[in-house]
Amino acid sequence: MSDKATYRPEGIHDAFTEGRAGDAPAATDGGPTKPAGGPNLPTLGWRGTLRWTWRQLTSMRVALMLLMLLAVAAVPGSVLPQRGQDAAAVLAYLGDHPTLGEWLDRFGFFEVYSSVWFSAIYILLFVSLVGCIVPRTMSHGRALRNRPPKTPVRFGRFPATAGARTTASPDEVTTAVARHLRGPLRRLPTFRVDVGSEEPRLGRPATRTVAAERGYLRETGNLVFHLALLGLLVSVALGQLLHYRGQAIVTEGRGFANAVVDYDTFDKGAWFQPSSLSPFSMTLDSFDSEFASDTVAFAQARDFTAHVTVSEPDGGQHSDQIKVNSPLTVDGAKIYLQGNGFAPEITVKDGAGEMAFSGRVPFLPEDTMYTSRGVVKVPDVSAGQEQVGLVGYFLPTAVVEADGSARSVFPQPQNPLLVLEVYRGDLGLDDGVPQNVYRLDTASLTPSVDDDGQTIKLLVKPGETVELPDGLGSVTLGEDVPRYVALDLRYDPSLAWVLTFSLTALAGLAVSLFTPRRRVWVRSWETTDDDGRPVTRVELAGLARGDDAGLQREVDKALAAVPGLADGTGHDTSHDKTADDTLVDDHQRTATED
Amino acid sequence: MQIAELSVLLVWGAATALTIALVAFAIDLGRRTEERADARAEARTPAAVGAGSRPTLAPASTLPATPPGDTGHGPARRRAAGIAMSTTWLGTALLLVAIVLRGIAAGRTPWANMYEFTLVGSFMALAVFLGMNVRKDFKFLGAFVTGLSVLFLVLGLNVFYVAAMGVQPALQNYWLVIHVGVAISATGIFTVAFVASVLQLFRDSRDSGSPYLQRPGFRWLDRVPTPTSLEALSFRLNAVGFVLWTFTIIGGAIWAEHAWGRYWGWDPKEVWSFVIWVVYAAYLHARTTRGWDGRRAAWFVIVGYLCVLFNFTGVNLIFNGKHSYSGLNTDTTGGA
Ligand code: HEM
Repeated sequence: MSDKATYRPEGIHDAFTEGRAGDAPAATDGGPTKPAGGPNLPTLGWRGTLRWTWRQLTSMRVALMLLMLLAVAAVPGSVLPQRGQDAAAVLAYLGDHPTLGEWLDRFGFFEVYSSVWFSAIYILLFVSLVGCIVPRTMSHGRALRNRPPKTPVRFGRFPATAGARTTASPDEVTTAVARHLRGPLRRLPTFRVDVGSEEPRLGRPATRTVAAERGYLRETGNLVFHLALLGLLVSVALGQLLHYRGQAIVTEGRGFANAVVDYDTFDKGAWFQPSSLSPFSMTLDSFDSEFASDTVAFAQARDFTAHVTVSEPDGGQHSDQIKVNSPLTVDGAKIYLQGNGFAPEITVKDGAGEMAFSGRVPFLPEDTMYTSRGVVKVPDVSAGQEQVGLVGYFLPTAVVEADGSARSVFPQPQNPLLVLEVYRGDLGLDDGVPQNVYRLDTASLTPSVDDDGQTIKLLVKPGETVELPDGLGSVTLGEDVPRYVALDLRYDPSLAWVLTFSLTALAGLAVSLFTPRRRVWVRSWETTDDDGRPVTRVELAGLARGDDAGLQREVDKALAAVPGLADGTGHDTSHDKTADDTLVDDHQRTATED
Repeated sequence: MQIAELSVLLVWGAATALTIALVAFAIDLGRRTEERADARAEARTPAAVGAGSRPTLAPASTLPATPPGDTGHGPARRRAAGIAMSTTWLGTALLLVAIVLRGIAAGRTPWANMYEFTLVGSFMALAVFLGMNVRKDFKFLGAFVTGLSVLFLVLGLNVFYVAAMGVQPALQNYWLVIHVGVAISATGIFTVAFVASVLQLFRDSRDSGSPYLQRPGFRWLDRVPTPTSLEALSFRLNAVGFVLWTFTIIGGAIWAEHAWGRYWGWDPKEVWSFVIWVVYAAYLHARTTRGWDGRRAAWFVIVGYLCVLFNFTGVNLIFNGKHSYSGLNTDTTGGA
């Protein structure tokens, strides 16, 4: 609600109604100013400038701007491909848009979240946050020892008021209301309550008063929330520095050891220590997959399980399993099942009849039917022979059409078939330039074609040996088709901290948003009723920080705690009740009394 | 199979009931307007004089309070309001049954693809609206909440529909229930808050004399609460929505840690969830900053809600991230 719109009753201007310190207008007393008129413009001096900059940076307005900037700056990363997520897509984009791509790259648009400008925004934001939160924490620390503010002289223009007459004495009223406001827990009172007395004043006789305030937790929650965000940032950063992550493709019956050399790819943070690689090893015993066979969800994946045996550093062994949603934890490192596929056993003999290649070749699935693409590079041929490259598809359940084209119709290996194209020439492996093992650069190779000039496609079934064209030798597919799993091992010692700070932030946020911050005052004095009998007059007023629909209810409940209430006089709350009854609160309107 | 079809029929039934509710709510708003017109004409002159820099306050302080809920003038109006509320209850109940049947047909929690998300999101918005009306009168929101729900449901049936089926391994987790469930609840609440903020802007512009909004067609705006009350209402909803959204993000990160091996990877869905979070955080800060409250705060809500909608539609359909679970594309190999 607008500051201007919120009515401030007299006598209680303080941080509670004024908003926050960080919102104050920037300094105007920023150091010496030179007389105007000369060539020098008025200046703040460097210390003044620094102070001015600091006040600006820690002002709410700047925090707001930075937050908006942060939101805007995050967007390009979802539109443009990012190196961290999909390096190949970035290369493709650069290829398609040479000029624009180069400029975008220069400004870090393909690594938005580690770019200078994105980092600058959030670092400034957090500097601003520290500058804002530290003074607030200190002043809140002082406020926690404060007493509720004195009972105001007049209750008239408060957003919530109530009044009644009672047969109980002012002392009884005061005791009862104070007990009600404190609540049942002695150690953790709902309201902090001061009771007092007043001299006769403004035509009133001497009165008893209760001043109560609740909701210190609101600010506590707010501070906890912001500090937890800071903790979150620090722990994420530490995780980045200390983590390591490796990917390995493992086929059934084989294993890998947790060592840098055993991973296909390995990346690590700047503070990574090789000693944090716990020396365990692991074997993939078998891999199970299940797919839906009903017509609605035909071939949709249902379950993947990798059965493994883990050999601990201390020599112990145990079997375990890894599933998609449940990684295996070994010594603080987590092993994820990130992918799976087939790694057919392929043997190639060269034209001289010598064994030139033998091994399991992982084929990468390209669709839901596990039509999988793979490459066999055969550089080690006998002298005088040409090097051979095989490219093609593995089809787990193959259907060969009349025109000779083949496709897979189910992801399980019910009718496996290997479809290969054959290339010959220099594979370029001896140049020392690293190559992608899943890609064959066919530009400088010669494809084997039939008499019509069509590329020859060899179909190989498990256990079969098929002659390669052009006298290049033969290719054999093993009887069993082993499966492989793509494992992702990650070690990040900061995880527990990241989680703790996130949950703390959430809790602090909920407390700060949902704890009402309220003040209630009660005044009671002895008077006489219309018939001249002695009664006690009780008046209450309530004030809340910000919008608070429950304020009137709080005041009414405090009134209800007054003993010996006279019937019929109960609720002369005297302000426009309809608005409060029917609508969300609206201080302007409810405060029209007086 | 048959259960799934019954579920679709019930969604159509719900959409029909809500359309009737929409019309009845509109009639109700219109009728209220006629009653208010005279009172307003009298009150307007002093209001305009005192308008000055803060015209939004003038009507609130010069007009007698305009409680939207004070029922009791004219049986016809009460009938329209009654029909509106009971058809909204009916439509919401039908939708609930449809969602439950959908879950039975698919054999899992019924919020795993865009179609189901639309159903449950609309249900949440309606439920929040009905829940708010139990204790107080918020019927002025009715036409808009039911209108949006009908729009979402029809879009869902025609554009996002996929057959009921199980889910891939990456989704088979209790976090599907928690993370997505909370996300949908937050979306439902943001929807109602969005309506309140849009009404706030309209009423505010009309009160400050926008010529376009002075047309008779906008007289109903006098029947909605003051901009300040709408702002307060929107804030309270958004505060709840924001806490739920925060939890959605934390829950999503925990789940991603289990399923994808990292808690945060700037996947398009994660980016947009983050953007939404920052926009609403900016909104909360704006409200407490002088000069940024009132109308500007409402604009934050609108931007935030547009981001929510985009996160749900655009991000699912345009970008190809790990969250491509809309059920509309078939290129994934099961997250593994
Ligand atoms: C990482 C950046 C930040 C985020 C994500 C953030 C988020 C939030 C959120 C969600 C709230 C709502 C809680 C509430 O309303 O009580 C809040 C409140 C608040 N924030 Fe921040 N904040 C950030 C930075 C800052 C900075 C830099 C400042 C100081 C200049 C600041 C000062 C405040 C204050 C004073 C409140 C309390 C508002 C009130 O009393 O209602 N915040 N913040």
